[in-house]
Amino acid sequence: MKSLAELAAIKARMQDKVAIREGSGNIRVVVGMATCGIAAGARPVLSAFVEAVNAADLVDKVTVTQTGCIGICQYEPVVEIFEDGKDKVTYVKMTAEKAKRVVHEHLKNGMVVEEFTIGNK
Amino acid sequence: MIRTHVLICGGTGCTSSGSMALKEALEKELEVKGLTEEVKLVTTGCFGLCALGPVMIVYPDGTFYSMVKPEDIPEIVEEHLLKGRPVTRLEYHEKTGDHHAVTSLSETTFYKKQHRVALRNCGVINPEVIDEYIARDGYAALGKVLTEMTPEDVIKTITDSGLRGRGGGGFPTGRKWQLARVIVQDGGKKYVACNADEGDPGAFMDRSILEGDPHAVLEAMAIAGYAIGADEGYIYVRAEYPIAIQRLEIAIKQAREYGLLGNDIFGTGFNFDIQLRLGAGAFVCGEETALMTSIEGNRGEPRPRPPFPAEKGLFQRPTVLNNVETYANVPQIILKGADWFASMGTEKSKGTKVFALGGKITNTGLVEIPMGTTLREVIEEIGGGIPNGKKFKAAQTGGPSGGCIPASLIDTPIDYDNLIAIGSMMGSGGLIVMDEDNCMVDIARFFLDFTVDESCGKCTPCRIGTKRMLEILDKIIDGKGELEDLDRLEELARYIKAGSLCGLGQTAPNPVLSTLRYFRDEYIAHVVDKKCPAGVCKHLLRFVINEDKCKGCTACARVCPAGAISGSVKNPHSIDPAKCLKCGACIEKCKFGAIEKK
Repeated sequence: MKSLAELAAIKARMQDKVAIREGSGNIRVVVGMATCGIAAGARPVLSAFVEAVNAADLVDKVTVTQTGCIGICQYEPVVEIFEDGKDKVTYVKMTAEKAKRVVHEHLKNGMVVEEFTIGNK
Repeated sequence: MIRTHVLICGGTGCTSSGSMALKEALEKELEVKGLTEEVKLVTTGCFGLCALGPVMIVYPDGTFYSMVKPEDIPEIVEEHLLKGRPVTRLEYHEKTGDHHAVTSLSETTFYKKQHRVALRNCGVINPEVIDEYIARDGYAALGKVLTEMTPEDVIKTITDSGLRGRGGGGFPTGRKWQLARVIVQDGGKKYVACNADEGDPGAFMDRSILEGDPHAVLEAMAIAGYAIGADEGYIYVRAEYPIAIQRLEIAIKQAREYGLLGNDIFGTGFNFDIQLRLGAGAFVCGEETALMTSIEGNRGEPRPRPPFPAEKGLFQRPTVLNNVETYANVPQIILKGADWFASMGTEKSKGTKVFALGGKITNTGLVEIPMGTTLREVIEEIGGGIPNGKKFKAAQTGGPSGGCIPASLIDTPIDYDNLIAIGSMMGSGGLIVMDEDNCMVDIARFFLDFTVDESCGKCTPCRIGTKRMLEILDKIIDGKGELEDLDRLEELARYIKAGSLCGLGQTAPNPVLSTLRYFRDEYIAHVVDKKCPAGVCKHLLRFVINEDKCKGCTACARVCPAGAISGSVKNPHSIDPAKCLKCGACIEKCKFGAIEKK
């Protein structure tokens, strides 16, 4: 290794990959992944969240995780977003496409995507 | 895209309780469920909670699973990794009274009081992937040292931090480096060496660092090389540590490929490379001069000091020799500063210390605590107390060179000077907890037996003196001791301490001296009353059947291997002391608690 820049480059490349173990994010995206959720298509939603969060460089702010059945099976796939000091936001009947919009508008720019929330159903 | 990391402990403790079988089962199950693109498996170093092994953690939620079996894997994959429902029955439950499972590791009392500096990467990164180390600031300290600091700056930082040798002696590391820096001999060749010949019975601090974070040691050795002006380093590691050796070899190879070892590191013109040397397991090779003699290819025997290694060490050249844990602190000190390190600990002992908790304690494992933490906090809180409702009697620190801390001193803050003041020593960090069932004479004998075996034989006080002490202890344990023997032990101990060539002999009498100091009454019970109060020393025990409790069921007579128990059905039995082997089989068999040890 001939320069500190090379070291910094490796660190930058790797940091996101180990950040998941530090639980640093103060925003938690929780995807309902019980049988009902999976049957309704929660897996692609989860993958879409993980990919979009990485692509938007939000890894150190946002933790994407799963949970079991939330209890509103007719609205699955359900995604809840928890953020310190704010009300929980519940998105329902999610798809991979909707997930990308949520990442962009809600997680990145702080604007809740009202049309996907449970209140609009 | 990876969304979940599953960390499996690949330390020696969990490997021997089957963590590699878990890993295989997980790999297979993830394949079956099609999760290989989403879930990443990471083998890490030791988490510390070895008693609960094999352990694994699932991130990002941080769920902590303990004592996992391969049969549990399909459930974990199906329920947790696929459906997001942690398998509560496998989560670690702390025995605190409230019944909620502790899901995150940092919440447990085992971790809450710990402060991980030397162990910061153990159980977090994959030690076989250099990139993961770099992601956690790895080699940034070496970069900083080479590009921004002079060797004098480095030594000043280490000196100001107050770091002292973690191998047991507690010599200030900065001063050691300074001594080696100022000595310039013809040609100027110097060496950096690492003592990874951890030999105390029951201690595995250095082992866990080498297994969990080998690059930290390599980086620190390169920093030491820059500070003193050396371009070559040796790590002397026990051949009995196969996982540590394997990971060190991988780490050295990766560091060379990245140019973090070798020539012209970071384009600064600084050269440094490291070689491994395997020790064959002689305890004396943990002593610095014997270690260096062994690296040179000779029989591992100590040589007189002075000259000290800083002047004439490896191959008669100036050498810095530090212990693994000492090195593991160095990169952190460089990055975070001397003040940060000096803010932890006590006045004369800065930073943290890693201890291997063992013996009669609930959470056996590896803990790192700030200096100055009391023994009570370590045993009662972090260690979870003594199992089976027994009473704490003493803690042994410093292994065969150290001594016992009795229950009356349980509130002593642990640091170098306090432990020496009470007749023990920090040692490399073995901490063995004993309860009321341990006989202190027997403990002293155990450690002395160890040093008699391990004495290299070069000097007479150690070779013959320790053997004579052992003979006296044997006499006491056999019930043939007399009061004068206690004085003889103390006298011999004085001569051995004063006359031995190296640290092994100079400290060998410590376990006897410290038990004599705090548990003299137990020695007197052995010698005068011919009794072992803890019921350990067989020759002083008598097995007796309580006639009131005995129902005459004959179970004991049938199980006795020596045919020492006689009696007829439904009548009280009796034991013939001449035939009794004191094996205890009858006690285990008796349902009525009628057999007593006296």
